[in-house]
Amino acid sequence: METINIKAPLNETTVEKLRAGDQVLITGVIYTARDAAHKRMVEALDKGEKLPLDLKNQVIYYMGPSPAKPGHAIGSAGPTTSGRMDVYAPRLMAEGLKGMIGKGDRQSPVKDAMKKYKAVYFAAIGGAGALISKTITKADVIAYDDLGAEAIRRLEVKDFPATVINDIYGGDLYQEGKAKYRVSPEKLGLK
Amino acid sequence: MRELNVKEITEAVARLCQEANYSLPEDVMAALQQALASEQSPIGKQTLEQLIENARMAKAEQLAICQDCGATVVYLEVGQDVHIAGGGLYDAVNEGVRLGYEAGYLRKSMVKQPFSSRVNTKDNTPAIIHTDIVPGDKVKITIVPKGGGSENMSRLFMLTPSKGRQGIIDSVIKAVEEAGSNPCPPIIVGVGIGGTAEKAMELAKKSLLRKVGDHNSDPEVADLEKELFIRINALGIGPQGYGGTVTALGVNIDTFPAHIASMPLAVNLQCHAARHKEAVL
Repeated sequence: METINIKAPLNETTVEKLRAGDQVLITGVIYTARDAAHKRMVEALDKGEKLPLDLKNQVIYYMGPSPAKPGHAIGSAGPTTSGRMDVYAPRLMAEGLKGMIGKGDRQSPVKDAMKKYKAVYFAAIGGAGALISKTITKADVIAYDDLGAEAIRRLEVKDFPATVINDIYGGDLYQEGKAKYRVSPEKLGLK
Repeated sequence: MRELNVKEITEAVARLCQEANYSLPEDVMAALQQALASEQSPIGKQTLEQLIENARMAKAEQLAICQDCGATVVYLEVGQDVHIAGGGLYDAVNEGVRLGYEAGYLRKSMVKQPFSSRVNTKDNTPAIIHTDIVPGDKVKITIVPKGGGSENMSRLFMLTPSKGRQGIIDSVIKAVEEAGSNPCPPIIVGVGIGGTAEKAMELAKKSLLRKVGDHNSDPEVADLEKELFIRINALGIGPQGYGGTVTALGVNIDTFPAHIASMPLAVNLQCHAARHKEAVL
């Protein structure tokens, strides 16, 4: 299948051309954050404090790696379920976040925020953490070190494989894909 | 009475934690290959190829198949003619988890206080331990690293008896459909019917240890497994939820007698990285 090469951080031109179902290879810099780091970032914003990174045009990868073996940049590094970050994501998009990588459905407020702030949601393959780790060339903890696997990491990635799930136009691969292959029980001769 | 030192248990648990996280069981690999052959969607096929490649790479390079190395679920079958010597059995299991997760470069995912401070225990303990006392003088240990993404999609339905077989079907379909892409499909669907609330969930979880493609020995239950398998794969969710014809690799149902007023149904979903490893001491 055809793939589109994109650079991270993102820009508006890139985001505008992506459509649900596109397969991309991401090269550049992305940041990890999952449940605990999101909670902390939003609490910081609530208190009027600065975030540990400038989110403008950045991509956040919902991921907490396994420890790196000697000689490796990172351990297994697949996505976690994105839905748990739904309560925090619109707030971060308002701060300039342009991309999210995870797996699983997003709720309407997140999809609405993606349209409003022009941000894209990508899925990486859940449970392919060993394979994905080969596309991460460098990983450094830059904030919330005490959170261990949940700390914020700066990742340098080369040809990181992802699929566009939600674009800025309301496209949704999960819904479109399911509708395409769904067969009703009646057609199967079942009740 | 045979004596078994806890040191042997600790060593076995440490080894099994690593092996389970690096290497998928052969039946699961075969099921993924079969899924690849039958999947109709191009992106679904490509996804399955990557899952197979990931599993092969993890095994060859001794890497964690998935960064979520799970809560460590441990099933112990302790022979009633074994004397466990040298310390506490559960202490020995937890020490094995501690050593195995550290030595194996496995992610530690347990937090001590579940609803507020959520500070990581930093060694993946405590394990979730289930113990059966069985005849004989052996100890069987099964390690199941269970990922949070699929576990979060578990459902318990306290159905009433009038709901019958159709009620079971509707509820399992509801659980799988609502889970959608979250539990990392293709999934194995574990179903427990009967007993009490906690018994049903125990049945559902433990049914996941059955080989993919094997059916319940009761023909009526096997028939329900086959029908649910067809219905689930007709939902269109597909590998990773991108749309496709393979949503489940298998449906395993186990049953237990129930109270005259009750028909408990538990659904426990297993991601495609259906990791488990056993040893008999």
